[in-house]
Amino acid sequence: MKKIFLIVLFTTSLSCACLSQTDIDAIMMEKNAFCVGPMFGYSSWKNYWEGTLKRENLNLGTVSTKVFSVMGNYGINNKLNVLFGLPYVVTKASAGQLNGQEGVQDLSLWIKWKAYSKKVTSGRLSLFAIGGYGFPASDYTGDFLPMSIGLESKNLSLRGMADYQRGPWFGTVSGTYVIRSNIELDRDAYYTTEMHYSNEVDMPDAASFNIRAGYRDKGLIAEAVFDHWNTLGGFDITRNNMPFPSNEMDMSRIGFNFKYDMPFHPPLSLTGNVMTTIAGRNVGQATGFNAGIFYVIDFTKKKKTDSDDSKK
Amino acid sequence: MIQKNKQMKKLFIPIIFFAVLINSCSKDIVENNLEFPALQPASTDINAGIWKPILLTGPTEFPVAVPIAVTTPDYIAQINEIKTWQADLSKDEKAIVKYWSAGAVLRWNEIMRELVAKHNLPPYQNPDGTYPAPNANNPLAYPQFPFANPPYASRAYAYLAAAQYDALVAAWHYKKLYNRAAPYVTDPTVNALIPKSDLPSYPSEDAVVAGVASEMMKLLFPGDQDFIQQKIEEHKKARLISGANVRSDLDAGEALGKAVAQKFVTRARGDRAGTAGGSLAIQSQMEQDCIARGETPWISQEVPKRPGMLMLFGRVRTWLFDSLTMVTTIRPPAPPSTSSQKFKEELDEVHSYSTSITPETRAIAHYWADGISTQTPPGHWNQIAAEDFVAQNFSEVRWARNMALLNMAMMDAAIVCWDAKYFYFNPRPSQMDNRVKTVTGLPNFPSYPSGHSTFSGAAATILAHIIPSKATKYTDMATEASLSRMYASIHYRSDCEKGLESGNKIGEHAKTRARTDGAE
Repeated sequence: MKKIFLIVLFTTSLSCACLSQTDIDAIMMEKNAFCVGPMFGYSSWKNYWEGTLKRENLNLGTVSTKVFSVMGNYGINNKLNVLFGLPYVVTKASAGQLNGQEGVQDLSLWIKWKAYSKKVTSGRLSLFAIGGYGFPASDYTGDFLPMSIGLESKNLSLRGMADYQRGPWFGTVSGTYVIRSNIELDRDAYYTTEMHYSNEVDMPDAASFNIRAGYRDKGLIAEAVFDHWNTLGGFDITRNNMPFPSNEMDMSRIGFNFKYDMPFHPPLSLTGNVMTTIAGRNVGQATGFNAGIFYVIDFTKKKKTDSDDSKK
Repeated sequence: MIQKNKQMKKLFIPIIFFAVLINSCSKDIVENNLEFPALQPASTDINAGIWKPILLTGPTEFPVAVPIAVTTPDYIAQINEIKTWQADLSKDEKAIVKYWSAGAVLRWNEIMRELVAKHNLPPYQNPDGTYPAPNANNPLAYPQFPFANPPYASRAYAYLAAAQYDALVAAWHYKKLYNRAAPYVTDPTVNALIPKSDLPSYPSEDAVVAGVASEMMKLLFPGDQDFIQQKIEEHKKARLISGANVRSDLDAGEALGKAVAQKFVTRARGDRAGTAGGSLAIQSQMEQDCIARGETPWISQEVPKRPGMLMLFGRVRTWLFDSLTMVTTIRPPAPPSTSSQKFKEELDEVHSYSTSITPETRAIAHYWADGISTQTPPGHWNQIAAEDFVAQNFSEVRWARNMALLNMAMMDAAIVCWDAKYFYFNPRPSQMDNRVKTVTGLPNFPSYPSGHSTFSGAAATILAHIIPSKATKYTDMATEASLSRMYASIHYRSDCEKGLESGNKIGEHAKTRARTDGAE
């Protein structure tokens, strides 16, 4: 179980800021436990927002993104986890002549710290701080949207998160600020709202907000998710132009996630989610799903002397 | 918005050191063109008044009045105007002095490239599947005028540069004739915020260039007059407050530039570009002619089908040779028949590029793509030339002459190439083999010959003549630009090779002019 990753593309890999045991939920791995597994995701869009104008493009048809990824989460201790995610992304347009692109996208790493946990009334309140860093793990280009597999910036994300659970019911809210590095194009001039004679593009930072709530108990998590991504700056796609990495890409998405531990062998679990875009700007109106299989390996030596109590 | 972002960032100061580590601190971008030094010509080219103009009958066709003497109260008042400005210059004013000091021809070439990039967007279709055409008389209505595609752009660059050249030849004639020195010479207490020069300052070469731009841009970019006029005012102000020109230098120069430009505007109105859009009936006839020759005709692969771009641009009036020369000696020979074995081999080659894209071939394809929302291939070659010219310390008149040679060659390249494209009406690889997918946008016009190759051959040939020490570099760049279209899977090898060849021939015509215009 674990999963993560966030990387919001023009259309592409809608991350799933959604599955469980990720950088954006309140689940922690216990000390010395390592959860790892493959995931597959698919999303597509036919309509997109050119600035605020919703349109289709008959020369692209439906643009789809497949994501094959590996994700993992290791418990340094019960309050500190490290996570990683590495996706391989494949894009394709159903119409027109443009070649799709594919390749290893960004390697993302997170440190997740459960800073505070206390009984409040009849439930438990936990506070988390999460720091993440992602960077391109291959020589892909962000300068060919919507077929690019990523935006190419290095991203430093800082997230604060609060979780409250009462019985099997819970709610989690988080806010994230993403500092994005400049990117370098394969050309030395480009036009945004003015001409630039440089191969470097200033990528605006971004902020996101995520809220999730539902059922969480031994063996089963089922939750509804709302996620909003807001680019802090950038510009709109002009009429009938192509998208550009430093566009002001905003989107609101809703989805549903589950995680199910196999009763016959609890270290093995299945995760899945569906997600759709309900509002956006300079992004595709994508709908998609993810599915994954995860396995928990416990590296703890079999001595029961563990004084860390680990109730989660 | 930017300020707001900055405030937000401050909230994260404890972690910023971390960000610095990975983000390499500053997000400030170094814009290459803002690093150019102030122009300090190696030679004033004081005798450029005898260089051969392009359209003018001679340098005195548009007379420039005798300047007032430097001892008159009027002139002294103009000197005092400069001194008043210089007594209290703001940061912004110093910045515009620095910006414009890099060179007038250079900056207006850049402004033109910016406008081309802004307007290089194909119109969106109507609900009934037809396409609207931009209207020069209503430039702000959608689709805005112009659609600055490569042929349009080549023409815009050429007219601007050619008119600036003729106007500067005339200006140089009068500079030498009247020999009125710059303000910082006539009154040593005027500061020179730009490099000093022995070149007489009346009429102002900067104002000549701005005056030409003012008139040519009304024709070429009629919807951007607010932006253009603001640049013109800024340019003139920069020259005044820098101590380079008094107001009468500027007024005389601007008037001369505008007058000369009118001659080029008249040529442009009659050069047949206005009807180059053609019609579906004309396109259909071209298609039928192609079928009658036993060949597979090009068809638009856009949805809905878009009429071929500027199908009659091949009939536009050329600069460097006549239409008979074009058809008999420059138009490339027929491409391989679409039913020939050679055609099949070339198609297979394109397909193999389509399926073996590497980061290197993709980067080359993207570097030279110069597609929508860019300055176009002719603009790219202007950028290449401008960056090299900066290091050559040309005088303004030589800058204009070299830019005119380059851009007349590239406009002629557009004409030659478009003539051949619609004459042969050859299909794109992706039309003949639907497995072929492209690495960049598929241009909406026939394949043979490659426009990029034709532009690049012409540009590299004349640039190699202008800066012989970089000849190999230009040839290599042209070859790479040409090959990039095969890497992008939008052209066959014959398109690229024959395009380069005809481009080279066009460049030779530009060299012929260069050898005889009096500047060498």
